Amino acid sequence: MSKLTMDHASASEVFNADEPYVNWHDETLWFVRHKRDKSSKQLPEWEELRETASSIKHYVLSHMDGLLENFERKAKENGVHVHWASDAAEHNEIVLGLLKQHKIDRMVKSKSMLTEECHMNDFLIKNGIEVIDTDLGERIVQLRNEPPSHIVLPAIHLKKKDIGDLFHEHLGTEAGATDPQYLTEAARQHLRDKFLTRRAALTGVNFAVAETGGFVVSTNEGNADMGAHLADIHIACMGFEKIIPKQEHLGVFLRLLARSATGQPITTYSSHFKKPREGQEMHIIIVDNGRSTQLGREDFRNSLKCIRCGACMNTCPVYRRSGGHSYHNAVAGPIGSILAPNLDMTKNADLPFASTLCGSCSNVCPVKIDIHDQLYKWRQVLVKQGHVPKGKEMGIKAMSMVLSQPRFYQWSGKLGRAVMRAVPFVVNNDLNPWFKQRDMPEPPKESFRDWYVRNRK
Amino acid sequence: MSAREKILKQIRLNKPAETLLPEKIDFDSNFIDTETKFTESLAAVYTEVIVVSNPDDLRQKVKEMYAGVVNRATTIPELSDWADFSLNISDPHDLETIELAILRAEFGVAENGAIWISDNHLPHRALPFITQNLAFVIPRKSIVGNMHDAYKILADTTGWGCFISGPSKTADIEQSLVIGAHGARSLVVFLLEESEK
Repeated sequence: MSKLTMDHASASEVFNADEPYVNWHDETLWFVRHKRDKSSKQLPEWEELRETASSIKHYVLSHMDGLLENFERKAKENGVHVHWASDAAEHNEIVLGLLKQHKIDRMVKSKSMLTEECHMNDFLIKNGIEVIDTDLGERIVQLRNEPPSHIVLPAIHLKKKDIGDLFHEHLGTEAGATDPQYLTEAARQHLRDKFLTRRAALTGVNFAVAETGGFVVSTNEGNADMGAHLADIHIACMGFEKIIPKQEHLGVFLRLLARSATGQPITTYSSHFKKPREGQEMHIIIVDNGRSTQLGREDFRNSLKCIRCGACMNTCPVYRRSGGHSYHNAVAGPIGSILAPNLDMTKNADLPFASTLCGSCSNVCPVKIDIHDQLYKWRQVLVKQGHVPKGKEMGIKAMSMVLSQPRFYQWSGKLGRAVMRAVPFVVNNDLNPWFKQRDMPEPPKESFRDWYVRNRK
Repeated sequence: MSAREKILKQIRLNKPAETLLPEKIDFDSNFIDTETKFTESLAAVYTEVIVVSNPDDLRQKVKEMYAGVVNRATTIPELSDWADFSLNISDPHDLETIELAILRAEFGVAENGAIWISDNHLPHRALPFITQNLAFVIPRKSIVGNMHDAYKILADTTGWGCFISGPSKTADIEQSLVIGAHGARSLVVFLLEESEK
């Protein structure tokens, strides 16, 4: 599913070509953010819950090794096989190995952002395995040969007409049909057949409990359970940061997760797996893939607290107006932009700049990750290490020179205002990025400083 | 070095200074009426809550509500003569034709309408998902306030268990809510006043 990657700014420009579409995308996500607000305000203890969740996760970061070992021991006692993978390649090989061992070449899969991060589908398909994504949104983007554009709402970038056309082509629905009820029913029938005929099911993990060796998977559709309970082998994949110490901590996290994600008080299904059913095999793959490196970055380790609710995306003015695919990373939006540079600084150097640093992401984050501060800090790391294009670097240097010299700053302000008045076409043209989608303002007659000096008693 | 050793070694090297777990991790919801809140929470997810006074009452209600439905399965002993689909099978794929399952579940949570069901009382984990329509029976007195209260009951779980709150649903097509994604198309919850054991 790899496409030629453009940087975030160029991809956003393409996304913004159709203004009514961008407005629709923006408003749809804002509506989800609004639902989150309504839901969270019903709990007087909301802020305390966030604080509690954040400190539990901080404990997790500082006891990660012990918790993982405990989880592994408990899971094994429960009859679950535990595997460890240092990186994406190892993870993918483990999955392939398990399928080969059982002579299985077709698998159903529920949502797992980790497998997106590992590009597992591509790998398995190349190795002759058919993988069917069973979350409706994920199935839609899979049929379109696209990655999800949002971690919770994978097909949020599509209109129902797009989906109607897609289902007409692949599922034989009527041409021109756009009724969500009708289209969903078609997908239900199509996927039920897959659930009933596939012997392997892969799921993600929302929370893994060190104390019990169990893990929780949350869905609204019921697809994780349909897959897992009908399959001979259930493979659950988790980034190691999904661990929480105790069962009772689930109370805190399940209260926060769905309210932050969609405004629901809880997802329809919160499935607690602990032991395989009789005759079934259950496997857990614990994946690092850069996480242990991120754990060592003091400024950025808090990003590992993320519970993947997507609230930071729904609220982000840049995400809402540029779409998930512009981030060219499995996890998009603000959280994706602080996770991605850890994986590859060269490839993802543009992402921490895809933000206005307004701070809304940090304000809605249920585990209080300082997302906007980290975006700002990543910019500094990336510039220092030479991952930022020369043009941007020179711009930043020039700005720093102007801003650090008050006289020069005053003079250049005056010059700028004079130029904008005398020869406006110098700034009112497509070469000036600020001119895109907006008119340049009337230049004021004097600067605030001049006004202040004149009016001060 | 194995992947396991490598990962754990790297974590030990990189983890931050140890912090403590927060002492307070639960909060009271103080609903004026727990059952009313539970009923409201479920109404919001298109689920009806019906109080029945005893197993006879339940049986009568069920017969009225689901007259004409075939492929009925249940785990409630008092409804066994009503059911026409035996759960005494070994392959869960055989459950595929079930139209309605009425299942004993354990308790409900008022703040979100979630109902806990586990393999304590369930012969097949797939059952609540594969059935076209679903109903739960829980003791009327078993409703707790919020998820903190719930995990006081669930200090540990059996092999598998699930909180279910409403019928299966999706909004993946332009955020339009559609009931009946992969799992049950409808859910009804019976609150049983007294249970005969």
